[in-house]
Amino acid sequence: MKELEYPFDSKFIMKKKKSLKRRLEEECAPVMKKRIAVLGGSTTADIVTVLGLFLRNYGIEAEFYECEYNQYRQEALFPSQELLDFKPELVYLHTSLRNLTFRPAPSMSAQEISEGLETEIAGYVQMWDSLKANFGCPVIQNNFELPSIRLLGNSSGSDPRGLVNYVGRLDLRLAEEINARSGVYLCDINYLSAVCGLDEWSDPQYWYLYKYSLNTGFIPDLCFEVAKIIKAVCGRNKKVLALDLDNTLWGGIVGDDGAENLTIGQETAEAMAYYQWQEYVKSLKDIGVLLTVCSKNEEENALAGLEHPEGALKPADFTLIKANWEPKSENLINTAKELDLLPEAMVLADDNPAEREIVRGSGFAAPDMDNVGDYIRVIDRSGYFETVSLSADDLKRNEMYAENVKRKQAQASFADYNDYLLSLEMKGEIKPFVPMYVQRLAQLAGKSNQFNLTTRRFTVTEMEERMNSSGYITLYGKLEDKFGDNGVVSEVIGRIEGSVLHMELWLMSCRVLKRGMEYAMLDELVKNAANAGITEIVGYYYPTAKNKMVAQFYGELGFDKQSENENGDTVWKLALCDYKENRNKAIKVNSEG
Amino acid sequence: MLLLKQTMTRLTDVFRDVFDDDSLNITPNTTADDIEDWDSIEHITLIGAVEEEFGMKFKMGEVSGMNNVGDMLKIVMERGK
Repeated sequence: MKELEYPFDSKFIMKKKKSLKRRLEEECAPVMKKRIAVLGGSTTADIVTVLGLFLRNYGIEAEFYECEYNQYRQEALFPSQELLDFKPELVYLHTSLRNLTFRPAPSMSAQEISEGLETEIAGYVQMWDSLKANFGCPVIQNNFELPSIRLLGNSSGSDPRGLVNYVGRLDLRLAEEINARSGVYLCDINYLSAVCGLDEWSDPQYWYLYKYSLNTGFIPDLCFEVAKIIKAVCGRNKKVLALDLDNTLWGGIVGDDGAENLTIGQETAEAMAYYQWQEYVKSLKDIGVLLTVCSKNEEENALAGLEHPEGALKPADFTLIKANWEPKSENLINTAKELDLLPEAMVLADDNPAEREIVRGSGFAAPDMDNVGDYIRVIDRSGYFETVSLSADDLKRNEMYAENVKRKQAQASFADYNDYLLSLEMKGEIKPFVPMYVQRLAQLAGKSNQFNLTTRRFTVTEMEERMNSSGYITLYGKLEDKFGDNGVVSEVIGRIEGSVLHMELWLMSCRVLKRGMEYAMLDELVKNAANAGITEIVGYYYPTAKNKMVAQFYGELGFDKQSENENGDTVWKLALCDYKENRNKAIKVNSEG
Repeated sequence: MLLLKQTMTRLTDVFRDVFDDDSLNITPNTTADDIEDWDSIEHITLIGAVEEEFGMKFKMGEVSGMNNVGDMLKIVMERGK
C-alpha cells in the first residue's frame, strides 16, 4: 500500500490509522502470522497499532502482547504467566534514554562512570539471555537516542561526564554485545532520531503528557524501522534490484543521444549525482543484492551505455540484462523465472511514473524516483534489502547466480540431461548439523518457500536443540560443482519415535533444482536412519500457496501415500527394507579431497 | 482569528479521519463520552491530527484542560492557521 511505503507521510498515517487498518484487512491477504511481544519502557499503545500496519503491508499478520506500562525489565527477566502463555515468536524491547538506570554527573570519576555503564549494559544482556532461555526467539533492541539537552554544552560530547559522550559509549558497547550473539537485532533509534530531528523527536511534552519516549508524530518512522527488521528476520527481504537505464542510471537517452553524450561522471552536478547513484547500486552487490537491467532499449545501446568509461557500473555487474521492447512486467517475471526466484523478490528502479504504475499493478515494488539527487536515499531507506545477518553466503550470492546462468548455458549444449549433470562434476557434503552452519540453516528455513515440504520455521535455538539431541536426525547438504560453490542448499530434520523417523523439515534452495541433490539427501538420510535403528521414514507435505512443486515429492522418492486430509495435507511412508539402491548417480558425496 | 464555521468544518473532517467515520458530527458540546472510540489513546491521536491540520501546537495545560470540543475550538480559532 502506497501510504505505508517510503517516503510516507507520518502525520497522515497517525491520523488515518483506523481507516488504513480497515483497508489493509480488505486488500492485502497475509502470508504469515507472528506473535510479537512489545516490552516497553514507555507508552507503546500506538506503537503496537502502527507496527501492525507496516507488518501487514509486508504480508505479516501480527498478534501482539503488550506489557504493562514500563514493565519491560520484569517481563524480560521474570515473564508473567500471560507472556509465557502467549509464546512470543519475536520480542521488541522498546527502551530509550528515559530508561537509563545510571547517568553520569560532573562529580563522578571516570572509573565510576565506566562501572555504571557496564552495569547498564549487563542489565540488557541479562534480559536478552532470559528471553532466549524462555522463548528462544529473536529480540529487537533499541539503542539510545542522544540527549537534546546538554548540561556541559559542547563538552558534553568530549567529557566522559557529559551525557552525549556517555550515550555514544553506551551505544557502542550495546552494539558490541549485540554483535557477540545471534538472534538479537539492533533498532537504531540513535540514527533515526537524528534523521527525524532530535529536538522534535525528544520533545518532552509527549513524555510529560502521555509517557511516550518520543514525539508521537514519529511513531510511524520508528515502526517502519522495526517492521523492516522483522520482515528481514522472517525472510521477506527483496533479492533483486532491476534497473531501468535512461534517466535512471544515467541522464539522457542512449539510443537517441549516443553513449558518449550521456550525463554520467564527474563533470557536472547531474553527472556526479548519477555517478554516485551508480556507485551505491554497485555496493548493493556487496550485501548480496542481485542487479539486473530492465530497460526499453536495443541491447546493443544498453551495453554501450553501461560501458561508458565514466560510469561506476559495468555490464558484468548485472546478473541478467533485459534490454528489449517487451512490457517491463513481463521482463521482470522472466527475470525472476530465470533466477529461480519469486516475482515478489524483485524491486524496479525506474524514473518513469507510468512504467512504475504498470509494474506495481502486477505486484512488483517500484518506489517513486523523480529526482536523481534522491535516488540513493529512496532505495536505501526503503529497506528492501534490510540486512540482519550478513552471512558468507550473502557475500557470495552474486557469484553463485552468475554461475547459475553459466550452468544454464552449458545445459543447452547437452542432448542428454544426465550427461549434463555428470559434466557439472558435482560434489556434495551431506552431514549432521554442525554449529558453524546453524545460523545459515535457520536463515534458509526462514526464507525457503517453494521447495519446502512443511514450511516450518525454526529459530536458531530450536535448530541448536535438534542438532544436539539424540532424538533427531539432522542433515545439511552443501553442493559444489565446476562452476562454483553453492554453499548450504538443503536441510532435513527428522524426529525419532521408536523405530520411526518423522520428517519435520525437508527443504532445498531453488538455485539447485533439478540437480539430483534431493536424491543424494535421501540416500544419506536412509543411511543415517538405518544406523540409528530406524525401519521406517514418515514424510509430511503441508500445502501452502507456494510449495506446489513438491506436492508429489515423497511419491517421486518412492514413498507410499498413507493419507490425505481436507486441507490437502498428505502423509507418506518409506520402509527402509525396500530401499535397496542409492538414488543419487550424479553427485559425489562426502568424498575426501 | 479563524472563522467559526470554517474551523468547525475542518475540525469535523479531522474527527472523521481519526475515528474513521464519515457520518460523524460534532458540536461545541461534544465530549469524549459522546464518541465511542474517543479514549485516552485516541485523544493523543486527535490532538496530533488537530495540531497538524491547523499548523499549531497545544500547550501542555491546554491538552489536559480541554473538556469538550468547544474548548478545543476556541484555542484553534485563536492560534490556528
